[in-house]
Amino acid sequence: MNIPILDPKGVVGLAEKDLIVTAAVLMALVVIPVFILTFAIAWRYRAGNSKAKYTPNWEHNRLEEFVWWAIPSLIIAALAGIAWTSSHDLDPFKPLDSSQPPLTIQVVALDWKWLFIYPEERIASVNLVEFPALRPINFQITSDAPMNSFWIPQLGGQIYAMAGMSTQLHLMADAPGIYSGASANFSGRGFAGMKFNAVAVAEEEYQKWITEVRKSPDVLDLRHYNTLAMPSENSPVSYYAWTDESLYNSIVQKFTRPKSLNTNE
Amino acid sequence: MLGRLTLAAIPSDPIAIAGASVVVIGGLVVISLLTYFRLWKWLWSEWLTSLDPKKIGVMYLIAAVVMLARGMIDAGMMRAQQAVSVGSDQGFLAPAHFDQIFTAHGVIMIFFVAMPFMFGLLNLIVPLQIGARDVAFPFLNSLSFWLFVAGALLVNCSLVIGEFAATGWLAYPPLSEIAYSPGVGVDYYIWALQIAGLGSLFSGINFLTTILTMRSPGMTLMRMPIFVWTAAASMVLVIFAFPILTGTLGMLFLDRFAGMHFFTSDFGGNPMMYINLIWSWGHPEVYILILPAFGVFSEIVPVFSQKRLFGYTSMVIATISITVLSFLVWLHHFFTMGAGANVNAFFGIMTMVIAIPTGVKIFNWLFTMFRGRILFTSPMIWFFGFVVTFTLGGAAGVLMSIPAADFQLHNSLFLVAHFHTMIVGGVLFGYFAGLTYWFPKIFGYRLDETLGKIAAWLWIVGFVVAFVPLYILGFMGATRRLDHYDLSTGWRPLFIIAGIGVVIIACGAALQVLQLIVSYRRRHKYRDTTGDPWNGRNLEWFTPSPPPAYNFTHIPHVYGHDAFWAAKHSSVIHPAEHDDIVMQKDTGLGLYIAGFSFVAGFAIIWHIIWLIPVALVGGIVCILFRMLDEHTEYTITI
Amino acid sequence: MTIDHPHDITPRVTLGFWIYLMSDCVLFASLFATYAVLHGNTYGGPSGRELFSLTFVLAETLILLTSSFTVGLAMLSAYKGRRNQVIIFLAITLVLGLTFIGLELNEFVKLVHDGNSWTRSAFLSSFFTLVGTHGLHVTLGSLWMMFLIAQTFFDGLTEVVLRRLLCLTLFWHFLDIVWIFIFTIVYLMGTI
Repeated sequence: MNIPILDPKGVVGLAEKDLIVTAAVLMALVVIPVFILTFAIAWRYRAGNSKAKYTPNWEHNRLEEFVWWAIPSLIIAALAGIAWTSSHDLDPFKPLDSSQPPLTIQVVALDWKWLFIYPEERIASVNLVEFPALRPINFQITSDAPMNSFWIPQLGGQIYAMAGMSTQLHLMADAPGIYSGASANFSGRGFAGMKFNAVAVAEEEYQKWITEVRKSPDVLDLRHYNTLAMPSENSPVSYYAWTDESLYNSIVQKFTRPKSLNTNE
Repeated sequence: MLGRLTLAAIPSDPIAIAGASVVVIGGLVVISLLTYFRLWKWLWSEWLTSLDPKKIGVMYLIAAVVMLARGMIDAGMMRAQQAVSVGSDQGFLAPAHFDQIFTAHGVIMIFFVAMPFMFGLLNLIVPLQIGARDVAFPFLNSLSFWLFVAGALLVNCSLVIGEFAATGWLAYPPLSEIAYSPGVGVDYYIWALQIAGLGSLFSGINFLTTILTMRSPGMTLMRMPIFVWTAAASMVLVIFAFPILTGTLGMLFLDRFAGMHFFTSDFGGNPMMYINLIWSWGHPEVYILILPAFGVFSEIVPVFSQKRLFGYTSMVIATISITVLSFLVWLHHFFTMGAGANVNAFFGIMTMVIAIPTGVKIFNWLFTMFRGRILFTSPMIWFFGFVVTFTLGGAAGVLMSIPAADFQLHNSLFLVAHFHTMIVGGVLFGYFAGLTYWFPKIFGYRLDETLGKIAAWLWIVGFVVAFVPLYILGFMGATRRLDHYDLSTGWRPLFIIAGIGVVIIACGAALQVLQLIVSYRRRHKYRDTTGDPWNGRNLEWFTPSPPPAYNFTHIPHVYGHDAFWAAKHSSVIHPAEHDDIVMQKDTGLGLYIAGFSFVAGFAIIWHIIWLIPVALVGGIVCILFRMLDEHTEYTITI
Repeated sequence: MTIDHPHDITPRVTLGFWIYLMSDCVLFASLFATYAVLHGNTYGGPSGRELFSLTFVLAETLILLTSSFTVGLAMLSAYKGRRNQVIIFLAITLVLGLTFIGLELNEFVKLVHDGNSWTRSAFLSSFFTLVGTHGLHVTLGSLWMMFLIAQTFFDGLTEVVLRRLLCLTLFWHFLDIVWIFIFTIVYLMGTI
C-alpha cells in the first residue's frame, strides 16, 4: 500500500513523519491504559460478580484525582514542548539549510489548475512542476481564484494559496522521483481535478527540461494569462516558453490595489 | 415581482428531482395522514401551540430524527460516489451536485440534527432536574423552536426550489462570494443559519436564566446534577459564540447582497477575517454539542454502576475549564494559513491543554464504575462505544494540534475521520444514550432493550468500519470533498470498506426505528408505573412518568448531591409547600413569528424585495399582540 | 440564588435581558474586530481622516448622551409613580433618539452622494455596517419607546410596564456605551 505521509521523500516530510510518530507514541501511553482500564473495570465490577468489592457511596479521593490531573498534564507538557520547537523548526516560511542554492518557483492556484512560474528561467508550466532533487525549493504561493491549499504529501506539509497574498513553502526532494501533488482546500466545481505531478530530477535532467519547455510554441504574457485564468476543469499539462517576470507580482497586486493605480505604474 | 425566482429554479437533474420528490411526497403523505385521521386540531392544540418544554423537547427530537435521516442519506450518497467514481468512471453525481450534498450534510448534521437533539434533551430534562415547573421564558422557548423549524424548512426548501450552497459547510469566502457563487445556494445557507441561529441564541439565554434563577430551594450551584452543569456551560458558549456567527454571516450576506467588501479578494476585503470569525464561533460550537453529551454520561454511569459519581468537583472544574479554553483555540483550524510559528504554537498548545480536563472526565467515569455494580444496559453500551471512539478521536485531535504535524493532516480524510469521531462517537452516542435513559420519563414506557443493544453495537461496529479507513486514507494523501480520484492512488478499497461501514450504521439506525415501533406496541408491558425505572438519582425521577404539565405538585427541597437518591434513602418528611401553580397558556404566536421569518428569509434569498417588509411587519404585529396580551397565565390551585 | 416568590418574574426577566445584552455586546465586538482589521483597507479610496467631521459626530454624541440621561430620569419618575413625567421624559428621549438617527442618516447620505458608499472599499463596508448596526439598534429602541409611551399612557405604571421600562432603559444605556466605543475607535482614532 502506498502511504505517502509515512513514506516521505523529502527532508521536511521526514521530520513531519517523525513528529507524527513521536506524538502518537506519547499518546498511546494514555490511550492504551485507558482502554485496558475501561474493560478491566467493566468486567471486574459487572453486576453479576458478587465477589467484587462494592462501595456505593465512595465518591472522592484526593490522591487519585490528583494523579489523573497530573498524568495527562505531564504528557501534554511534553507534547507542548515538542509543538513549540517543531513549529519553529518546520515553519514553512523558513528557508532550508543546504549547500545548494535555493530555486524559487512561483505557484498560482487558478480555477481549477496550478500554474508554476520559474522567475529565474522566465518559463512557466501548468499542472506539472519539475525541479532538481537535493536542491531547496522556495515556493511562493498565491491564488487567482478561491482559496486552495498547495500540498505535495511525500515532500512535506501544505500551505494555503490565497488571492492578494503570497505565502511560502520550503521543500526539498531527497531523491529523484515523481511525487503527486494536489489542492487540499475545496475550491469549487473542478476541485477534484486540481492535481499535478512534482517531478524531482538530477540537475542535468532539469536543465534539459528547461530547454524542452523553451521550445514550446506558447508564451505567457498578460493576455494569454487572462485566457488561462478562465475556469477550466481537468486541464492537461502545458508549457510556456516565455513569461513576463513581473507576472506573479501583478497577479498578487491586482487584488490589493485598484486598476487605476496599476496602470499608472 | 418574484425577484430571481423563475421556473428554472425547479431542479432538472434526475437525482435532484428524486430528492425534491421525496420532500414533496413526504410532506403530502404527512398532510394527508393528518387529514385522514382528523388529527389537525389535536396536533395544533396539543403540540404546535404548546409552551410545555416537555412537548417542545419531543418536537425538537422528532425534527432532529427527520433531519438525521436526510443527513444520513447525503452521507450514503457521498460514500457511494467515492466508491465508484474512480479513473474513467465519473460516478453518478455531477461535481456541482456532489458539492451541494457534502455542504448540506455538514450543515444539517450540525445545525439541524445535533443542535435540536441537544435542545430537545435540555427542554425535557433541565427543568425536571432542577425541580422547576417550567423554563424562565416559556413563550421565548416556543419561538426558539419554531425559528429552528423555519431554518430547517429553508434548507429543505432548497432541495425543491433552487439549489443549496456548494461551498463546504462553513462557506469560506471568496468561494462563497457572489463572484464565485452567484446562485441562491449560499443565500439559502446564510438565512437558514441566521434564522435557526437566532432561535439557538434565544434558547441559550432562556436556559441559562432558568438554571440560574429557578432551581428548587437548597439546590446550590455545587449541588446541581452534572448534566445541568454541562447544560449551563453549553448555554454560556451559545450566548458568547452565536452572536459571532450572526455577525459573520450578516457581513457575508452584505457582501453578496449590497456589494460590500468584507471578505472579497479585492477592494481591500479580507477572506482570512471570515475564517477567523467563523471559527471563533465554530470551535465553541463543538463544545456546545459535546458538553451536554458529557453531562448525559455523568448521569448514566453512576445510575448503572449503582454508585455515586466519582469526583463531582473535578467534573465541574473540568467543565468550566473546557468552556473557557474553547474560546482560545480557534486558530488550530487553519495552521496552514501561514500565521507564523509563535502564533501557531500558542494555539496548538492551548488546544492540547483541553485534552487534560477531558481526560480527567474519562478517568472520573472509569472510577465511578470502579467498585460499583455495573448493569450493562443499552445506555452503557453507548457509553463504552463512546469511551473507545472518543479516546481515539481525541488522540487524533491532539496529534493535529501540533502545527507541523497538522501541515500533513489538515483537510485530509484524517481530519474528516477525527471530527466525525468526536461528533458521532462523542455527541451522537451521548445523545442516544440520554434518549434511551430518559425515554421512559418522557413517554411513560421503556424502549426495548434487546433491540437497543443490537442497534448500539451495529452503530459502534459500523462507525469503526466507516471511519478507520478514513484515518488511513488521510495518511495516503486523500483530501476531503473529492468527487473523483485516480485508480493509481490505491484509495478505492478503503473507500469501499468505508461504504460498507455506512451500510452497517444504516442497519443500526433501521433497528432504532424498529425499536421505537416495537416499544410502542409493547408499551403496556414496558410501562413505567413507578416514575423511577432505573433506580435513578436526580429529581427528574421524583415525578410520575410522564410528568404532569407542571412537573412537580410540590417543589422538592434539596439537601445535597443526588437529591432524589437522598430522598429515597431518608425517612425525613419534608414540609410540602402550598403554592398555587402558575403556568403559561399555550399560544401559536411563536409559530406565526417564525412563519413570517421563513417568508422573510425566502424573500431575501430570492430578492423578492416587496415581500421582505410585508413579512417583517407581520412578525412585528405578532410580537405586539403578544406584548399586549395580559392573560398569558393560568393558575392551578392545590 | 433561588427565588422565594416564583410569581415575581422581574429579577428573572432582568437577568435574561442582561444576558441578551452581553450577547449583543459580542455581536458588536465582532463588528469592531472586523473594523479594526479592515479600517486601513481603503483600496485607493478615502480614509476616515478625509471623511469624518469631529464636530458633527460630537453633536451626535452629546445628543445620545443627553438621551441616556433623560431615559434615566424617566425611570426615576417611574419608580416614584409619576406617570405624566415618565411620558414627558420618554418623549424627550425619543425626540433625541430620532434626531440622532436623522443626523446619522444625513451623514450616510452625504457619504453615498460623494461616491463614498459601502461598495467603495472594505474600510467603508465595515464603517457603514458597524455604525449602521448601532443605528438600527437605536431605531428599534425608538420603536419600542413609542410602544411604551403609548402603554404608559393607556395602562399606567403597571408591573408589566415598569419591567419593560427597566429593560428599555438598560438597552438604551447599552447603546450609549457602544456609541462611546464607536466615537472613540471609529471617529476619534480615525481623525487624529
